[in-house]
Amino acid sequence: MTQQFYVSPEQLMKDRADFARKGIARGRSVVVISCADGIALVAENPSPSLHKVGEIYDKIAFAAVGKYNEFESLRQAGVRYADVRGYSYDREDVTARGLASVYAQSLGAVFTAEQKPFEVELAVAEVGPTQAEDHLYRLTFDGSIADEHSFVVMGGQAEKVSAVIDAGWQASLGFADAVRLAVKGLTPAQEGDQPSTPLPSSALEVAVLDRLSDSSRGTRRAFRRLSGADITALLA
Amino acid sequence: MQESTANQVAANATSSFTEHLLRDRPELLPFNRSLPGGATAAAPLQVPHATTIVAMSYGGGVLMAGDRRATMGNVIASRHIEKVFPADHFSVLGIAGTAGIAIDLTRLFQVELEHYEKIEGTQLSLEGKANRLGAMIRGNLPLALQGLAVVPLFAGFDTTAGLGRLFSYDVTGGRYEEHEHHTVGSGSVFARGALKKLWRPNLTAAEALSVAVESLYDAADDDSATGGPDTVRQLWPVVYTVDSTGARRIPEAELAAASRGVIEARTIAGREA
Repeated sequence: MTQQFYVSPEQLMKDRADFARKGIARGRSVVVISCADGIALVAENPSPSLHKVGEIYDKIAFAAVGKYNEFESLRQAGVRYADVRGYSYDREDVTARGLASVYAQSLGAVFTAEQKPFEVELAVAEVGPTQAEDHLYRLTFDGSIADEHSFVVMGGQAEKVSAVIDAGWQASLGFADAVRLAVKGLTPAQEGDQPSTPLPSSALEVAVLDRLSDSSRGTRRAFRRLSGADITALLA
Repeated sequence: MQESTANQVAANATSSFTEHLLRDRPELLPFNRSLPGGATAAAPLQVPHATTIVAMSYGGGVLMAGDRRATMGNVIASRHIEKVFPADHFSVLGIAGTAGIAIDLTRLFQVELEHYEKIEGTQLSLEGKANRLGAMIRGNLPLALQGLAVVPLFAGFDTTAGLGRLFSYDVTGGRYEEHEHHTVGSGSVFARGALKKLWRPNLTAAEALSVAVESLYDAADDDSATGGPDTVRQLWPVVYTVDSTGARRIPEAELAAASRGVIEARTIAGREA
C-alpha cells in the first residue's frame, strides 16, 4: 500500500475552498434584490428550462450559481424540506431562516466530509408584509451563512455587479426599476471602444416574490416566473 | 459500482410528495396505519362523517358544492364543516366519508400537486391528478374496510382539451369519469334525483349555482345527515367553480342570494315539494 503524504488541515481546507471558488467564478451572475413591490430574482441564463431561480414555498424563493446538478439537488431538497415541514406543522411555520440553516448544515457537511465540495453559492429569499421584514440569506460552498439587506449578488463577476447595484439601489424601487437595475449590473462593462450591449430578454431569467400576492392575485404563493414577453415589457 | 450509484439516484428521484413521505416519514401519512384489533366494520368507530357533495358541468367549466354538516351517529358533529376544497389552480375536490381522514387526505393531495409543480416546473395533467387521488384512496383501503372510508369527488378544468371534467371514485381507488353531473355522500341519491330534473346542457355559471343549491336543499330535505341552508346562522353551502381562468370560491353574498331564492320559491309554492 502506498504511504499517504501528510497534508496539513489548513492546506486541505484552502485547496478545497480554492477549488470551489474557481468553479463558482466561471458561472454567470445572479442578483436577488429587495424592493418596494417585493423581491426580484434576476439571473443571466440563456436556457428557458434549466432554471437558476425557483420557488420553494409560499413566500420563499431560491437562487443559485455554480454547477447545475449540485444546486438543482439542493433546490429539490429544499422543496421537500419546506413541504414536509408545512404539511406536518402549518404553512406559516416554514421560514427562510429554517431553510437557510438546513442548507448551511448540508453545505458545511459536504465541504468537510465529501470527496469534493459543492461548487455552488445560494441565496434564500423570503418576502415579508413590509420591506423591513424581508429576509435575504447568502450561503457559500463551505456552509457560511450571511444575513443580507437590500440585495445579494453571486457568481463570477459579483464584485463588479455589486458595485453597480449598490450605487443605484433605493428602498422605494418598484419591480420594473429593480429589474432594470439588476440587468444594468449584469450587463458586461464596455471594453475599450466596444460599447456595452444590453442583455436581450432571451438571455435573462426573471422571477419575483410579490409582496401583496394575497390581495392582488388571490394566492398565498408569492412566487411568479416572468415570461420572455413579460420581461421585455418590464424593461421597455 | 458506478452503475449502482446511477440506479440509486434514479430510484430516489421522485416528484411525488406522497412517495417521499412513504420513504422518509411514513408516520405522517393519513393512511398507512391500521387500527388495533377489535374495531371491525360491524362496530364502526363513532367519528364525524361528512355528507353530501354535488358536482356538475356547465357551459365553460365545472361547479362543485357541498353542504355544511358533519354527523356522528344521530348527532350533528358540526354545522360549519367545509367539504369542498381547491386542490390547485385548476381543480377542486369534495369529500364524503370519515371527516378526519378525508381532511388530512385533502391536505396531502394539495401538497402533492403543489410539490410536483415546484419540482417539475410544470403542472400535472388533469388525468394525472385524478390518478394520484385514486392511488391515495386505494392507500386508505385497509382503514375503509374497518369502516373509515373516504370517497372523494374530483373536478377540474382540462387545459389541454379546454373543458371541465368530473371524476368519481370508489373506496378501492377505482376512478370513473362522470359526464354532466354526479353526487356522493349520504344524501347523494336525493341530490341526484333533483339534478336529473334541474340540470340541462350549457347552463350559465349563475344557473348552475342555483341548481346546485336546490339539489342540496332536496338532499337535506330527505337525508338527516345533510344540512340545508341555515338562515339563522347565515350558513350556506360551500361552492367552487373551475373554468379556463382557474378555481374560484363563490362569495357568501351570492350563496345567500341563491339559497334565499330557493327557499322563497319553495315557500310560495307551499307544496310537499
